[in-house]
Amino acid sequence: MKNVLFLIFKRLGASLITIFVISVIIFIGVELLPGDVAESVLGQSATTETVAAFRKELKLDLPPVIRYGAWLKDFIQGDFGTSLANGRPVSELITWRLANTLFLASTTAVIAIPLAIFLGMLAAFYRNTFFDKLISTTTLSFISFPEFFIAYILIFIFAVKLNIFPSLAIIDDNMNFTSKIYAILLPSLTLTCVVTAHMMRQTRAAIINVLASAYIEMAEIKGITRLRIIMHHAFPNSLSPVINVVAVNLAYLIVGVVIVEVVFVYPGLGQLLVDSVSKRDLPVVQASGLIFSIAYIFLNLSADILSMLSNPKLRQSQI
Amino acid sequence: MLKLLQQSPLSARIGMGIVILNVLVAIFAPLIAPYGETSIAGDVWEGFSAQFYLGTDHIGRDLFSRMVFGARNTIALAFITTLLSFLFGTVLGFIAAVKGGWIDQLLSRTIDMIMAFPTLIFALMILSVLGSSIPTLIFTIAVLDSTRVYRLSRAVAMDIEVMEFVEAARLRGEGLWWIIRQEILPNAMPPLIAEFGLRFCFVFLFIASLSFLGLGLQPPLADWGGMVRENAGAITFGIYIPLIPAGAIAFLTVGVNLIVDWFLHLSSGLHE
Repeated sequence: MKNVLFLIFKRLGASLITIFVISVIIFIGVELLPGDVAESVLGQSATTETVAAFRKELKLDLPPVIRYGAWLKDFIQGDFGTSLANGRPVSELITWRLANTLFLASTTAVIAIPLAIFLGMLAAFYRNTFFDKLISTTTLSFISFPEFFIAYILIFIFAVKLNIFPSLAIIDDNMNFTSKIYAILLPSLTLTCVVTAHMMRQTRAAIINVLASAYIEMAEIKGITRLRIIMHHAFPNSLSPVINVVAVNLAYLIVGVVIVEVVFVYPGLGQLLVDSVSKRDLPVVQASGLIFSIAYIFLNLSADILSMLSNPKLRQSQI
Repeated sequence: MLKLLQQSPLSARIGMGIVILNVLVAIFAPLIAPYGETSIAGDVWEGFSAQFYLGTDHIGRDLFSRMVFGARNTIALAFITTLLSFLFGTVLGFIAAVKGGWIDQLLSRTIDMIMAFPTLIFALMILSVLGSSIPTLIFTIAVLDSTRVYRLSRAVAMDIEVMEFVEAARLRGEGLWWIIRQEILPNAMPPLIAEFGLRFCFVFLFIASLSFLGLGLQPPLADWGGMVRENAGAITFGIYIPLIPAGAIAFLTVGVNLIVDWFLHLSSGLHE
C-alpha cells in the first residue's frame, strides 16, 4: 500500500510540474507577441503617452519574471485579469461558461460511458459476427467524420426535417433541469457519437485481449459456464484497461467540446476561447487555455491512477 | 507491387478510388471548375441546376467550383503539413534512438510535455499570439503533430538499433546520418507509411476544424472547413449546402482510413 501511495504522489508531482511548465509556456507565448498587448489593443493611431500609460496599467513595465509570479498568484486566487475586449473581469466571464461546458460534458459522459462499454463488450463477445462488423464499420466512420459533419447531419434530421429539437443550444439560469437537458440534447448526442466510437473500439480491443489469454481458455476447457468466465475471470482483468479507456476519452471530450459548442452556439468555455482567439483577447485566451489544459491533465492523471489501482501489476512498476 | 494491388480487398480498392479521385480533382482544379475560385456567378443559395451543379453559396459563388478549388487548397495544405511533421518527427526520433543517453532523455521529456497539452488548445493559443497565416498554420500543426511521429519512429528505431547489422555498421565507423539513412530508415518504412496515412487524416481533420472555427485558411480562399462555416446558416432553412463540403471531408478521411486499414493488416502479418 505504501508503494501505491508513493507512486500516486510521484504521478501527482509529475502532473503538477507539467501544469507549471504549461503555465510558463502560455505566459511566454503572450510575451512573444510582436509589439505588445498595449500596442495591439490601442492600435496604430495611439500616441506614445497613451501606450505608456496603458502599459503601466497592465503592469507591462515590470520584468517578465515578476509579472509571471503575479499572474500565477492571481490565477490561483481566481483572479484571471480583465478582458481586453469588453473590460469585464475574466473570472466573471469564465465561471458561468465553465459550468455550462461541464454540464454538457457530464451529460455526454453519462450517456456515452455505459453505452460504449455495453457495445464494446457485445462486440467483443460476438466478435467476427455480422453484429460486430456492423458496429465496427459504423464506429470507424464516426471516427473519420469531422465533429461538425455529425452535428450538421443531426441538426438537418432532428431540427429541420423532424423539427423536434432546437438547432441552437441556448440555455440560461432560469431554465429548469429538464428544459436544459432538452436544449443540449443535440450537442450532447453529437459528442456521444464521437466519444462512443473511440471508447467502444478500445473497449472491444481491451476485452478481446483478455479473452485471448491462456487462463480464459483454461477456464473454458474446465467447463465453467460462460457467465462465470465473464464475471470471475474476464471482467476483473479487463477492468483496468477499460477504466483507462474511459478516462482518456473523457480527456478527449474536454477538447471535442470546443467545436460542438461553436456549431450549436452553446455558451460554453470552448466558444469563449474561440471567440477570444479571433479577437486576440489574450487574458481570456490565457485563462481558458490553462483551465482546459488543467482539466485535460487531471483526467489523464486519474486514468493513470485508476488503472494503477485496478491492476496489481502496475503497482510494482518503477516509472 | 502490381500483384499486391491485385490482391487488395474491396474496401482498400474503394479507398484508393476515393483518394485518386480527390488527388486528380485537386491537380486539375482549374480545368474542371466551370467558374473562378472567388467569382460571383449567380444568386445566393441557389439549388442544383445544369448551370450550377451543386448550387451556389452564401454570396452566390458556384459551389462546385469552390469545392474543386477547395480540394486543391485543403489537400495540399494537409499534405505539406504532414510531410513536414514527418520530417521533424522521424529525424528527431531516429536521433534519440541511435544516440540514446541525455539527448534521448531531453527530447523525450520535451515531447511528453507537449503531448500533455491538448493539441487543439495548444494550436488555438499559438494562433492567437501569432495570428493565422498559412506558414504559421503549417508550422504549428507540423510541430504539434510531429510529437506522435517522434514517439513511433523512436520506438521503431529502438528495435532496429539493437540488430547486428547496425552494430556492424557502427564498428565499421559509419556516422550517425549514414546509419539513419542506410540502415534504420529502410527498415522502419512499413510502419511509417501506415502512420503517414493516419497522421494525414488527423492533420486534414485538424485543419478542417481550425478552418471551421475561422482560424485556418482565410477567405476568400476556398477550403472545405471554411466553406462549412460560411454556409452554416443555410442549414436552419433546410438547405443542405454546408453538408456538401463537410461530407467531402468525411469522404476523403474514410478513403484514406480504408487504405491504412489494409496496410496495417498487411504489415501486421495477419492473414485470415
